[in-house]
Order: sequence, then C-alpha cells, then structure tokens
Amino acid sequence: MNGTALRSAATVVALSIQEGIRRRVFLAVLVLTLAFLALYGLGAHFAFRDVDEFAAGEPKILDPHAFTGATIFGLAMFATLFLGAVLAVFLTLGVVRGDAESGLLQPIVVRPIGRTTMLLARFAGAALLSAAYVVAVYLASWAITEATGHWSPDHLLGPALGLALGVAIIAALSLLASTVLSVTAQGIVVFMVFGAGLTAGLLAQIGHAINSDSLHTIGRVASWALPFEGLYAAGLHGLISGTSGLTGVVLQLGPFGGSEAAGPELIGWAFLYLIGVLALAAFVFSRRDL
Amino acid sequence: MAAPVLAVSQLQKRYGSQDALAGVDLEVEAGQLVGLLGPNGAGKSTLTKIACGLVRPSAGRVEILGRPAGSVEARAALGYLAELFRFPGWLTAAELLRFHQRLVGSEGGQAERQHLLDLVELGDAAGKRIEAMSKGMQQRLGIAQALVGSPRLLLLDEPTSALDPVGRRIVRELLEEMRRRGVSVLLNSHLLSEVELICDHVAIIARGRLVKAGTPQELAGPTAVVVETGSGVKTFEGAVRDDAPAIVAELVAGGERVYGVEVRHSSLEDVYLEAVGGETG
Repeated sequence: MNGTALRSAATVVALSIQEGIRRRVFLAVLVLTLAFLALYGLGAHFAFRDVDEFAAGEPKILDPHAFTGATIFGLAMFATLFLGAVLAVFLTLGVVRGDAESGLLQPIVVRPIGRTTMLLARFAGAALLSAAYVVAVYLASWAITEATGHWSPDHLLGPALGLALGVAIIAALSLLASTVLSVTAQGIVVFMVFGAGLTAGLLAQIGHAINSDSLHTIGRVASWALPFEGLYAAGLHGLISGTSGLTGVVLQLGPFGGSEAAGPELIGWAFLYLIGVLALAAFVFSRRDL
Repeated sequence: MAAPVLAVSQLQKRYGSQDALAGVDLEVEAGQLVGLLGPNGAGKSTLTKIACGLVRPSAGRVEILGRPAGSVEARAALGYLAELFRFPGWLTAAELLRFHQRLVGSEGGQAERQHLLDLVELGDAAGKRIEAMSKGMQQRLGIAQALVGSPRLLLLDEPTSALDPVGRRIVRELLEEMRRRGVSVLLNSHLLSEVELICDHVAIIARGRLVKAGTPQELAGPTAVVVETGSGVKTFEGAVRDDAPAIVAELVAGGERVYGVEVRHSSLEDVYLEAVGGETG
C-alpha cells in the first residue's frame, strides 16, 4: 500500500469515526456501557458479600471467594464479547451491498482509493474501535472485580488480547457477509454465526465435563472453524489457569470456565483466518458489479 | 495524435442471457461534450459504470486517456455523478467536498471548495448539512463533488433529473464552462432539448447498440419550406429558413396567392424516436 492509498484509507477511517461521533453512536455506546458496568459493580459487590457471609466458618474444600470472582468475571467477559460483537457488526453493517444499493458507495470507489483499500479501511476502523472497546470494558470489569472482591484473574492481559482479536474476526466475517448479503440478512447471519460459535463452545465444555469425546471434538472443530469462540474459551481458561485443586476443576467445568489454553497454534490460526476472511471479502468485492 | 479522453471499443455486457450492451463503439475527444441518449434500459448507465470501473465488461475495451477503465490512473482522471446517489446526510456540503479532496489528493483546499460551490450556486450552503438540502441542491452538490480535483473527464448520469428549470440552466452553463476549460463530458440524459442545446456530439443507444451518432446538426437532417397557396400546398425540400422570403416572392410573382409559410426540420426528438423505434423502458 503506497502513501496515497494510506492517506485515502485514513480518510475513510476518519469518516467512519466522525460519523459515530456525529450520529451519537459512541455516546449511546458509552452510556449503555456505563450502565452495564454499574450493574456489574452492584452484582459483584453483593455476590462477594453474600458468599463471604455464607461461607464464613465452613470447612473450605472449595474456595468460594475465588469461585465467585472467576464466575462473575467470566460472565463479564461473556458480556464484553457480546457487546464488542454488536459494535463490530453495527460498524460494518451494509458496508458493501447495503451502501451500494443506497448509492453511498459508488462516489467513493470511483476515486483512486479503489475497492480493496476502501474495504480494508472500513475493517481497520471497525476492528480498532471494537478491539479498543472490549479491552477497555474488560479492564474496567477487572477493576470493579478487584475493588469489590479483591480478586484478580490468574492472567489479566492475555484474555483481553484474545477478546480483541475475537471481535476483529467478527468484524471481518461481517464485512465478508456485507459483500453478498443485504443489510438485514447480514446482521442476522453474523449474529447466528456468533451464537452458533458460542453454543459450540458450551458443547465442548459439557463434553469436557461429562468426558464425552464426541462433544469435545465438535467443540474443538467449532473453535477452529470460528476462532473467535476458541479465543474466548482460551481467555476464560486464562482467568483460572493458575487456580488449583477442586476450585480449579469446578471452575473449568462451569459455563464460564475454559478447558483449553490458547496455544500458539490457535493464535497463529486466528491471524491466518482473519487474513483469509479479509482476502475473500476483497476478492468478492472486486468481482462485484456496483 | 493524442488518444481520445474516452475510448469505448466493441463493449459488451451480459447479465445472464440479457445483453445490456452488445458491441458499442464510442469516443469522446478532449473538450467534447457528448450526449448519450436512449430509452430506459438501453445500456447508457451500464456504459457509464463500466467507464468508472463500477461494472466489469463481458467483452470489449474502455480506456480513459489510454489507461484501462477501472485502473487507478483512469479513476484519477474522472469525475462521476451516478443517477442514483446518496451522500452521508450528516456531512455539510464543504465537508463532503473536503472528504473527496482527500480521496483524490487535491490540494485545492478551501479555495477549490468555495469555487466549486459557487459554480453550482451553492456558495451560501457550504455549512449546510446534506440531509437538510433539497434533492435539487444535492444533485448540484453531486456535480460539484464530481469536479473535485479538476478531472479531465466528467461522467454524468442524468445530472438534471431532480432539477427545476433554473437548476437546469445552472448545470447547462456549468457544462459549457467545462467545455471552455477543455474538460470532456459524457452526459446521459432523457432531456433531448437540453442535449440538443449543449452537446457537440450525440450518440443514441437502443437495446445495447449504438443506433445513431453525430452532431445535433447532422442528426437533425434535411429541412423544408412548406407554402400553402391558392392552388394547394407546395413543399420545397432542402430549403432552409433563409430561403423562405425568396420562395414566397417567386410564388407571388408567378401569380400564386400565399396563405401561409412553414419552415420544417426534423428535431432531435424526431431523430431519436425514429432511431429507437418508439421503444421505452
């Protein structure tokens, strides 16, 4: 990409950000996120207080404080991924077919910027904003958890980066969908794929819990087919990977526990997958009559 | 000899079994204003979109200043306004032009923006949001947007469809100004009178084929003077308006009583209707 293309790409990214500010999208996201964090803070406060009171004086075969911290923080991580996915999808909604049908796209792509640069610029804008958003919400959730229950995950940064890469993949999948689907169909398909990925992850968890190889295999295949799920599950694992004993086992089997760490294979595959999805989106877009 | 600004050669476009364009040849020279006429669905917009790189041809070639249509160099040389277009409504007129200046790498800055807005008589609307503009204002802004970066070729698809008579006059004067500056224009329009008034060359497309082309004068065909006399209607084929007094004087001198005189010529509309066979899309 030469200097002119980079400048054009930056112009398109800036336009997307400007639109988010002017249309008060970011303001709405900020208000709702603050509401979520306030609710989470309230929930975390009462969860830690009640568990500490309930478990006081009881023999400790399971660490209730760690169990509570990991569970509610896992829930916060799920909510963060969901909110990040919503943001990624809405920032890429109708980027190709939708904008082409409304006549917004043509005046831009006839300029020297070209289709691929335009598409990558829209991806960069959506992915960077969504990734920054999930990292910020994740860290805010951690700060709340630490402040209310004095509990921190075993690994703090790795899961955050996994979430960031996960929403970038969702943004890329959404862009790919936008090259062939109308706006409504794009939104429906991407959210169904997102839901399918998370369901497959839960199946893998159940498979792990009941020692079912078939379910576990299904979950693993889904994690590789939709790596945002694998990254999320690995992030959950990272929260409790240093927790030993019965507490660690029980947490791994729970809905917000992850049984597998993010090895270099998964991270490498996630990057390859992202590049592949973007290349496919650019190819489909380049062949499309506008 | 310099390459034509726009050269279309044996251009074909098929959508399934439907031929949108079936081998069209067309050239637009520097500073030439070419009107592209044809019924709805004739292939005019498809041709324009192929020239912009928005649609891929099935066969044939389109070159802009000798570079293949759709290439970066070709796109850098053109300005385009689609028939159906939309700009982000939350932008102001000046912001839209600034956005396109950045996309084409224009360094014209504020002076260029104001000049373009003045050209389309939107000089006072620089700070107005697009969503608050009438369709006609948006169409004039679209033309200003197409002119950002001083393109060598303007491709305008029905640029006056939403304009009132005053707006059309503004665009007509603007196109004449572009011609004076040496900018080439390919104008798709249904408004035959407008095309007849301002275009140097007219091409008529029907069913994806070029069925007639030439200057408006060449296409207008022969004229005639028709005189209603006491002994019946006499038609003088090939005679023009300036011949009418002499014809009348000769008839009167010959003892004829003259009741009426009519100068006839086939208008572009007659030529168009004959060329497309009354077809409408």
